Amino acid sequence: MVSQSLVFFYIAAALVVMGGLGVVLTRNIVYAAFALLAAMLGVAGVFLLMFAEFLALVQVLIYGGAVVIVVLFSLMLTRIQDFENLTDHRQWPLAALFAIGVFALLVAATLTTSVRVVERESVGFRELGESLFTDWAVPFEVASLVLLVALIGSIVLVRTTGGRD
Amino acid sequence: MIELAHLQVLAAALFSIGLYGVLARRSAVLILMSIELMLNAVNINLIGYATFVDFGEAQRALGQVLIIFVITVAAAELALAIAIILRLYRNRSSVNVDQIDALRW
Repeated sequence: MVSQSLVFFYIAAALVVMGGLGVVLTRNIVYAAFALLAAMLGVAGVFLLMFAEFLALVQVLIYGGAVVIVVLFSLMLTRIQDFENLTDHRQWPLAALFAIGVFALLVAATLTTSVRVVERESVGFRELGESLFTDWAVPFEVASLVLLVALIGSIVLVRTTGGRD
Repeated sequence: MIELAHLQVLAAALFSIGLYGVLARRSAVLILMSIELMLNAVNINLIGYATFVDFGEAQRALGQVLIIFVITVAAAELALAIAIILRLYRNRSSVNVDQIDALRW
């Protein structure tokens, strides 16, 4: 008897893996962006199954909303010539071999390492917020600074300076 | 029941897929998407450990806090990378990483 949560996990995992393979295998770059969206929603499903409701919300908002839209906009603005006919690097068999090797290594490391596991229990919104704003207040502020610098930096990078550029 | 190993194998699979994308793709935008996949694989691994391993009573939210920081840095990285790609396209009219070899020696 397979438990219900495991069934949902396999559905989410299938979504993640299919989406990931879609991103790296499709020849159409717009399809790749939508496959990325599917993979991100699958990861949000995994977060939900791990009782991390806040992270699932953040995942859907940031990746489902912001990241995929930004990627689509960058596709529009770069008007990639071979829009529907991408070619991979000619060394792709080597890349595939290397990726499979890394996968085998990671799985072998996983299966040979024993970790002392405890019963699953949820960390609620309140507890997460308290931890974030007491123990992790300074890193949280640094993260906001990082976002500010990234925002200003990207504006400076793409700004056109009147005619000279 | 879901076990830690399930999440670890899923994370390993997603990480390897992203790694293949980074190595085999030529469009800078697609390489960026593959990097996002790898970051999400790390997040899956982190949520697995956050849920199944005991961090002590004082740091129960540690794993989720770490994931929030990973997502923040990923968003900042994406914004900057897209800006660089747009700049590159304007200067070189190409985002194909094979043709951007100014730093090759």
